Amino acid sequence: MPEALDPSLIALYVFVLACFIGYWVIWGVTPSLHTPLVALTNAISGIVLVGALLVAGDPQAGLLVQFIGFVAVLLASINVFGGFLVTHRMLSMFKKKKK
Amino acid sequence: MEFTVNHQALAYLVAAILFILGLKGLTHPSSARRGNLYAMLGMVIAIVATLLAREVQSYGFIIAGIAGGAIIGAIVALRIQMTAMPQLVAALHSFVGLAAVLVGIGTFLHHQHLGLLNAVLMGEISAGVVIGAITFTGSIIAFGKLQGLLSGAPVKFTGQHLLNAVIGALTIALAVHFAMTGSLLSLALMTVLALVIGVTLIIPIGGADMPVIISMLNSYSGWAAAATGFTLHNNLLIIVGAIVGCSGAILSFIMCKAMNRSIINVVFGGFGSDSSAGESAGAQAAEQGIKSAAVEDAVYWMEDAGKVIIVPGYGMAVSQAQHALKELAELLGARGVEVKFAIHPVAGRMPGHMNVLLAEADIPYDQVLEMDEINPEFPGTDVVLVVGANDVVNPAAKEDKSSPIYGMPILEAGRARQVYFLKRSMRPGYSGVDNLLFYQDNTYLVFGDAKDTIEGMNTALKGGGH
Repeated sequence: MPEALDPSLIALYVFVLACFIGYWVIWGVTPSLHTPLVALTNAISGIVLVGALLVAGDPQAGLLVQFIGFVAVLLASINVFGGFLVTHRMLSMFKKKKK
Repeated sequence: MEFTVNHQALAYLVAAILFILGLKGLTHPSSARRGNLYAMLGMVIAIVATLLAREVQSYGFIIAGIAGGAIIGAIVALRIQMTAMPQLVAALHSFVGLAAVLVGIGTFLHHQHLGLLNAVLMGEISAGVVIGAITFTGSIIAFGKLQGLLSGAPVKFTGQHLLNAVIGALTIALAVHFAMTGSLLSLALMTVLALVIGVTLIIPIGGADMPVIISMLNSYSGWAAAATGFTLHNNLLIIVGAIVGCSGAILSFIMCKAMNRSIINVVFGGFGSDSSAGESAGAQAAEQGIKSAAVEDAVYWMEDAGKVIIVPGYGMAVSQAQHALKELAELLGARGVEVKFAIHPVAGRMPGHMNVLLAEADIPYDQVLEMDEINPEFPGTDVVLVVGANDVVNPAAKEDKSSPIYGMPILEAGRARQVYFLKRSMRPGYSGVDNLLFYQDNTYLVFGDAKDTIEGMNTALKGGGH
């Protein structure tokens, strides 16, 4: 059996490589869409919802923990739904000149 | 077939790719809406893949939370005025922060119950909770400043940096203690201190630096999500958090560069003051040798111009003048005048704020140009109309080495044949710096509310002009 890699180290790999992807992708965003960019990144950072679901969804953990999870689910969902919708609303307004 | 951890990991990979493609869509307005849809799809896949996981056993709280969040989020998103976008974004950032704090604490209690705690996990929980807490209170202060609930002026006192440093050191000490012992008290104290840091970090930053603050908090909310990902060993959270964190950091960098200031200077600097004008604006202007003009004068020169450039600033947002501006642009366009809009990167209260307001008013985006694109065009322009902007056209940034804004890239409005400033009063811009452009021979100030003034112009143009 070869020595197993520490999972936290793999997480670090993923993190660092994702930073590079973020760097290249975000520099490509046109300045005129910077407000939608903030709104969209806001919506997708609502991905903490995934963590909230895990906390809220295990009845073994007890009611208090589940309630904490519920509040986190609620907040993250506001972000996800609010963020995507408001981004959509903004992007729908960007129109080209009618020729 | 059972939905295993491996299936989930594959679904997360698909979600991550969709998020990246979604952000890539923002490269151009024509692909942006499709990008947003990709990101939405990614989110749906991520949520479904999580709900199918073995750990999720009961759905009552989850359904209630998602349904509540969907309703609140939808109502807010559909009702919010475009001028209030900065506040909305600040509020949403605070939610991500608080959610990260709650997930961290919830995960700790959950793992404590299952007897699965270890030092690495608790270190990761500390990071998520601390960054989340700073994001939470920092965003609330930013929201308060943007909404006008708190004064936009920077709050500074002696020993401020020392106090921040002490609280910061204490927080780290508590985090280490928590990671080693799993003490709930340390976790709680650490959270409270991090909440305090969020406040003390944002109060010294003035209203004019809001674009940087919004970007910084955007970045924090990403790092908070990434830290939560480390806690949960969830690669999707790590990827998304890292990308969002980078995005905010890059925006902060762009905003700082557009003001020729370092991020350190913005965070610790405290810039801008609220000075108020006593005398009537016109009298004050005359005393200082500044020429004021009537609406008709501006209309007279604009209606026969070859080219007019409009420079909007935060004042346009305040007076909601964007719709009147669109009409003005159309009326001038109908007379054969070429009309363009020039946007400075830090105009408004968040990155790209002006672009959204102009888009809301149905002004085509190909008529709206960024600083570097439009600057060469000013010398060949007949009239520049500055609507509620100030510092971003101030030649002091180029000429006056002693000026606090020296070195900041500006829109070179002063090189046009004539400049008309729509101003409410003689108050200086947010930097508190006098605008040298006012004293130029070809500059005229038109006093009044921007929207009323522009509507006046529109009426004059419709009346056939002179």
